[in-house]
Amino acid sequence: MAIWLLVLIVLAMGFAGFVLGRKRALNAVGGNIRNLHSLPSYYGQTVFIFAIVPAFLLMICWLILEPFYIESRVSGMIDPTEIADGSSTSLVMSDVRRISSGLDTAVDRGVLREGDLDGMRNDLDTLRARLGDVGVAVGSDIKQSVFLAAQEYRSIGATLRGVMSGVVLLLSIAAAAWAFLRLTPEFRARNVTEAAIKVLLILASSVAVMTTIGIVMSLIFETSNFFKMYPLSEFLFSTTWNPQFRGGSDLGILPLLWGTLYVSFVALLVAVPVGLFSAIYLAEYATKRVRTFAKPVIEILAGIPTIVYGLFALITVGPLLRDYFAQPLGLGASSSSVMTAGLVMGIMLIPFVSSLSDDIINAVPQSMRDGSYGLGATQSETVRQVIIPAALPGIIGAILLAASRAIGETMIVVLGAGAAAKLSLNPFEAMTTITVKIVSQLTGDTEFASPETLVAFALGLSLFVVTLGLNVLALWIVRRYREQYE
Amino acid sequence: MDDLRGIERAIEMQETKIAAKGVDVFYGDTHAIKDVNVEIAEKTVTAFIGPSGCGKSTFLRCLNRMNDTIDVARVSGSIMLDGEDIYDPKVDPVQLRAKVGMVFQKPNPFPKSIYDNIAYGPRIHGLASGKAELDEIVEKSLRRGAIWEEVKDRLDQPGTGLSGGQQQRLCIARAIATEPEVLLMDEPCSALDPIATAQVEELIDELRQNYSVVIVTHSMQQAARVSQKTAFFHLGDLVEFGETATIFTNPVDSRTESYITGRIG
Repeated sequence: MAIWLLVLIVLAMGFAGFVLGRKRALNAVGGNIRNLHSLPSYYGQTVFIFAIVPAFLLMICWLILEPFYIESRVSGMIDPTEIADGSSTSLVMSDVRRISSGLDTAVDRGVLREGDLDGMRNDLDTLRARLGDVGVAVGSDIKQSVFLAAQEYRSIGATLRGVMSGVVLLLSIAAAAWAFLRLTPEFRARNVTEAAIKVLLILASSVAVMTTIGIVMSLIFETSNFFKMYPLSEFLFSTTWNPQFRGGSDLGILPLLWGTLYVSFVALLVAVPVGLFSAIYLAEYATKRVRTFAKPVIEILAGIPTIVYGLFALITVGPLLRDYFAQPLGLGASSSSVMTAGLVMGIMLIPFVSSLSDDIINAVPQSMRDGSYGLGATQSETVRQVIIPAALPGIIGAILLAASRAIGETMIVVLGAGAAAKLSLNPFEAMTTITVKIVSQLTGDTEFASPETLVAFALGLSLFVVTLGLNVLALWIVRRYREQYE
Repeated sequence: MDDLRGIERAIEMQETKIAAKGVDVFYGDTHAIKDVNVEIAEKTVTAFIGPSGCGKSTFLRCLNRMNDTIDVARVSGSIMLDGEDIYDPKVDPVQLRAKVGMVFQKPNPFPKSIYDNIAYGPRIHGLASGKAELDEIVEKSLRRGAIWEEVKDRLDQPGTGLSGGQQQRLCIARAIATEPEVLLMDEPCSALDPIATAQVEELIDELRQNYSVVIVTHSMQQAARVSQKTAFFHLGDLVEFGETATIFTNPVDSRTESYITGRIG
């Protein structure tokens, strides 16, 4: 039975359970719903939940575990001596999986007949051609043992699928019936719905947590592979970044980290004052008309893709800075520079800082302003001495959010700051950042087991550690000021 | 009856501090205050009473131009403070508010330490020439606000950590610290429990020695307890204004009588 059909049947049973459960509850009190603990639809929902949730859980677990079981059964059929040089059991097993799914497709489309398959074990060339007809390309010649394994794979799979369908349907019916029989007017059905909703919400939020853990785990795994090939101390303390695909590279993170922090620093130097001041203007000084016009316009900045900012940096800001600042001052002749990328990135971050700060400043209670004005303070005195301190935790949060964006930004840096890893104080020199190097180490024709490629994961992990540190710092600052101010 | 007469005589001697003539206030299209004339005497507690929405808070906010901060509010008529029109273009509303302090309905201490809350006004207006003088102002204000004994050991702790009644007295002390001549109070006790209310009322009575106090209140008992003069507002009109004792015992207008006996409002 196909999975989608099974899902539909279980859902249909759920809906039937809903109708029946509702009806049973109503019948039990003779239609007078005042005598029920919960509204009738809650009784229906209870049966619905019992009909579908255990069945679907079982199905999901089954589908996850099934391949492992089949593989352990089938892999024994492959003679280890038949595995060719440079190949491995897992490669052969993937052939087995492909052929078995190809056979399924071929049978479905009528290219092969089920009954013919047994006879084909001696005619594997034809089989390969037939599989090619249905779009399944098999690399090497199909060996007989592989074919037999594929057949076995199919038959076990079919049996298991059948068993699963039966078990899932049975479970669905049994659970629904169990719930159905327990429905009495005193049954607390709305509490069941409540619990189910709570579980649903917990599941939703754990998706985010699990994803984070998954990402970190994969980074850590690949990073540890990297450090098996390249010494940690070199990575952390070497001041040269010079990857050589022949081997013998210098993979020190310091120039990249410096570039990242330098560019982000310049960006924040632009974004924080401009963003904060515009937020103060919008929240405290602007009339309603100006505000309704200006706020969306500023937020448009946030909608521009960063690659467009990158172009702006490359063709406008870079040459401008070079011609009017760097060259006259004798600081360099490169249009790609930390300054270029930092300025443009700062412009990109303005809406983040201003929009968040604006919301936070607006959230400061009017009574604070009244109190200050009532004492004869001017608007700017009120902003400086009452509103900003009250809004400080939120503003710092906004700034650190902007900082995280700046550290993670890639496109503007590629186009604005160049790709040369350098340790320099001159802001008009080309430098590069961690993100840019992650991209350049992973793109192109690379072997996935060399330190030059795996270093990308170590860089990614370092980036993660830096932003995590920033977030922890933000939390710490926010909590500190909360204690003092509330 | 004897002490009431004593108070009356005392009031007659006081000069007029604020004289409002023909004041109208509009909020957009709403006519919130209609042709109000009031004279507020020096060193007297004047109470504004009336049902909700009658315009008493709005009128109070006219007296230190707090309505300027609301875009749609428009004030006409004349309000003279010591013979000077406060709506004259030459008058700086910021300076005016230093002279006419205000205490709000909900205690609104700044998210700063108790010390900084009090020192806020003096610092802005440059009232202290040094740390020692500022310390002195803070202590004096807190003493006048009748809260010094409770907070003297924790001046560096946040003002927001105090109880509601303490916060309100802190706000009164904060308003006093800028040495205003008039103190406006917009329902200062409405968020407080009876004990804190009693403390604040006692404080208001003491403040009368030095300041003109104008208090908006919903509680007629409170108006009777703390004020010497009472103004009754109804639907934007000033219905009756006179000695507190007269208003409460022998009102002229039937609406006043209905309100104080609890039939309207």
